Amino acid sequence: MRVAAPVGDLSTQAADAPVSAVRRFLLARGSSRWADRVFSGLMLLCALAIFAIVALIAAELLSQSQPSWHAFGLSFFYHYNVDPVTHLPLFWDPVNGVFYALPFIYGTLVTSLVALCIAVPLAVGLAVFLTEMCPRWLRSPLSFFTELLAAIPSVVYGLWAIFVLIPLLRDNINPFFIAIFQQPTLVRLFAWTHLFGDDGLFGGVNLGLGLLGAGVILAIMILPIIAALTREVMSAVPNSQREAALALGATRWEMIRIAVLRNARIGIVGSVILGLGRALGETMAVAMVIGNSPEIHLSLLSMGHSMASVIANEFTEATSDMHRSALIEVGLALFLVTILVNACARLLVWAVTRGATARVQ
Amino acid sequence: MKPNLDLRSLWRTAKDRIATGLAILATLLVVAPLVAIFFYLIYKGASSLNWAFFTEIPKPEGEVGGGMANAIVGSAVILAVASFFGIPIGIGGGIYLAEFGRGTKLANAVRFTADVLNGVPSIVMGIAAYSLIVMPMHHFSSFAGGVALGIMMIPTVTRTTEEMLLMVPHSVREAALGLGVPNWRSVISITLKTASPGVITGCMLAFARVAGETAPLLFTALGNQFWSVSLNHEVSALPLQIYNYAISPYDDQHRQAWAGSLVLIALIVIAVSLVRFFTSRGTLKGAS
Amino acid sequence: MGVAIEVKALNAWYGATHTLQDIELHIPANHATALIGPSGCGKSTFVRCLNRMHETNPIARVTGSVKIGDLDIYNDISPVEIRRRVGMVFQRPNPFPTMSIYDNVCSGLKLNGYRNRRELDEIVERSLRSAALWDEVRDDLKKKSGASLSGGQQQRMCIARALAVDPEVLLMDEPASALDPVSTSKIEDLIFQLKSQYTIVIVTHNMQQAARVAEKTGFFLNGRLVEFDSTHKIFTNPTDKRTEDYITGRFG
Repeated sequence: MRVAAPVGDLSTQAADAPVSAVRRFLLARGSSRWADRVFSGLMLLCALAIFAIVALIAAELLSQSQPSWHAFGLSFFYHYNVDPVTHLPLFWDPVNGVFYALPFIYGTLVTSLVALCIAVPLAVGLAVFLTEMCPRWLRSPLSFFTELLAAIPSVVYGLWAIFVLIPLLRDNINPFFIAIFQQPTLVRLFAWTHLFGDDGLFGGVNLGLGLLGAGVILAIMILPIIAALTREVMSAVPNSQREAALALGATRWEMIRIAVLRNARIGIVGSVILGLGRALGETMAVAMVIGNSPEIHLSLLSMGHSMASVIANEFTEATSDMHRSALIEVGLALFLVTILVNACARLLVWAVTRGATARVQ
Repeated sequence: MKPNLDLRSLWRTAKDRIATGLAILATLLVVAPLVAIFFYLIYKGASSLNWAFFTEIPKPEGEVGGGMANAIVGSAVILAVASFFGIPIGIGGGIYLAEFGRGTKLANAVRFTADVLNGVPSIVMGIAAYSLIVMPMHHFSSFAGGVALGIMMIPTVTRTTEEMLLMVPHSVREAALGLGVPNWRSVISITLKTASPGVITGCMLAFARVAGETAPLLFTALGNQFWSVSLNHEVSALPLQIYNYAISPYDDQHRQAWAGSLVLIALIVIAVSLVRFFTSRGTLKGAS
Repeated sequence: MGVAIEVKALNAWYGATHTLQDIELHIPANHATALIGPSGCGKSTFVRCLNRMHETNPIARVTGSVKIGDLDIYNDISPVEIRRRVGMVFQRPNPFPTMSIYDNVCSGLKLNGYRNRRELDEIVERSLRSAALWDEVRDDLKKKSGASLSGGQQQRMCIARALAVDPEVLLMDEPASALDPVSTSKIEDLIFQLKSQYTIVIVTHNMQQAARVAEKTGFFLNGRLVEFDSTHKIFTNPTDKRTEDYITGRFG
């Protein structure tokens, strides 16, 4: 057995050192069992606060919307009165106590649908470009740019929409669609679809403001969310899949289609639903450009109202309890729908990313 | 046989080219509005910014001049209240998820609820704060607005805190416990401190997100044309003022709305860039 | 000064796995005791039971009694308190990444609320000297982060950190397994120096290391203590056939 050589002359030092001071101090310290318990209790309380907040919001919305629920029941969401003079449907007339939410649901759905139609192809295209085609030096600044797009406040989007987007739509883009949809031959040919002509998708007065404008600004707002998540699920596709496709002689596009998009499709659907959840609840930008009138028209150029925008517009001016209660019921419906949509999206994205990482490992 | 094959491969190459072209087109179409927004913000905002904007309160309707000093201060008050509520609860929840509830059903439920809360529309948060705080107190207040924004901060802070704490190696926790350091002390002074750059980043991200929120303030803080820093009083905020000016008929107010937007965006871009800077250094992957 | 350890009927589980079975052992005071055995034999679990680190894992469970000095550590005292008396050095150096060398060394005191600055300075110097690291780091104690040191230096800093709380027992769980030969020999020299003042329990899978530093050696196999005797006896004339097989490299 080798005997280790001593390192310096420290053996005596430590031996003579007073054992007491430090040791006595530490021995005097308690087990801090109570401090630990209080601390973990506090942290648990913080975690439970998240439950409590969601529950409190739900309870508050439920109780405050009771008057409207008792007065209108489920018909709140689909019924309407008919104006005795003009014989037009009458949905929402706070002065005369008429509260039916159908136009808001319609406005929310149509604007969200328009937004998805525009945003999804663009977002997927962007994600494909970023993950599969982009030169390395461009990737980082480009994804930073799209992240910035997500960080711009809604009200700034609204401001920009009012002064830039809406005039642009009114003067340059809408006339193009109007020309197509009002083209006499096409109108005659597709009359059966009811989408063409003066009562069609692009009929009526072209003000710029309206459902289309709201849909376009929503599209710009939800784009980064969809693009970011789509990118994530696409990057989660293992490289071996890509190589396998390329080894079979696939072109790059075929490789993307076969290996990437097919593997990532559930995740992409999840991200689209998440984008939908954001679009449904988006308030300020929509309220600033949708036109704010509780009507239902087929034309995308017509004014409308969304569930969120009507609350933003009328809540502070709601003088009657019934008006306020009806608005809160709209809010409750919005709350439930967005929870449902978000839960679906989260579950999808979770399922996919979990499966993907398992595959990579 | 041969020309047929050639034609097919030609078609395949063409499809590849078309797809590439479409992806590039999509990218350009995404970048275009962003560039346009920033261009207009800087073009219209910078030319409208002046000293008065930061020092004066709004002039009466229709008069030229004035500024948004009260709105900037109001925003600061509201955001201070929001951070006061949102950050501690958010960090606490994150600590619970990472240190105490790991793998439990309760933790999964909390995580899911946080994601749900993250998706609740901001306008709904406004209604909730209205009926929870404004109605019982019988008046609008910056406090109510702050609480609404604070609640919106919680999910972001919780999830980033959790992620950052999970990245602290287990051996560091063991080192602390092995020295006889009580668990609470180890969590605060060792784990949380080690993860602090990431946690701070998460808080800033949440802060930047709510700093631009307007909808929850519409019927909580309400807005105010005059000076106010009271928690018990309606108060103006930068996003609220931008909204009110944007939909007003006066050119000078439009000008100020652009200036306000520029200031707001500058703050947010600085925050996001800092986040990006920290995350790109690798130590904090996954923060954004 | 160190105290003796008396282990009786110790059993430990990870979930459903019975990792330690009926361990009986007397570890003498102020000596180095080595625990050897193939990986997965339970030797690490055993030392982790000596300062109740084992139970930090939520699925872990322990029965039996461990007496350190006069204290039954599973009945008389809380885990936090026993860990202040029993220092531990882990397999991989685990400095606190946000702290300077100085703060790392006195972290056990500072985090427990010890505030006396002058005393702390002394303790840090003494501990670093004991860990044979003082001369290498004395100039940038507060400037350099603990994580900026080399692996061997980090491990010696971790030893200094454990010594700073003036423990009665020092547990070392394969302290040199992640280090290069030069650092390993420094650590071994250190253990040789320290064992006159502390009761040292060192887990190792390196038999030469056990032979070099320890007076007593225990051989673990499949969660059981097969043989415990003087190091000389274990390595020259083991009683049990299985010990002999392991020592001579016939398995494991």
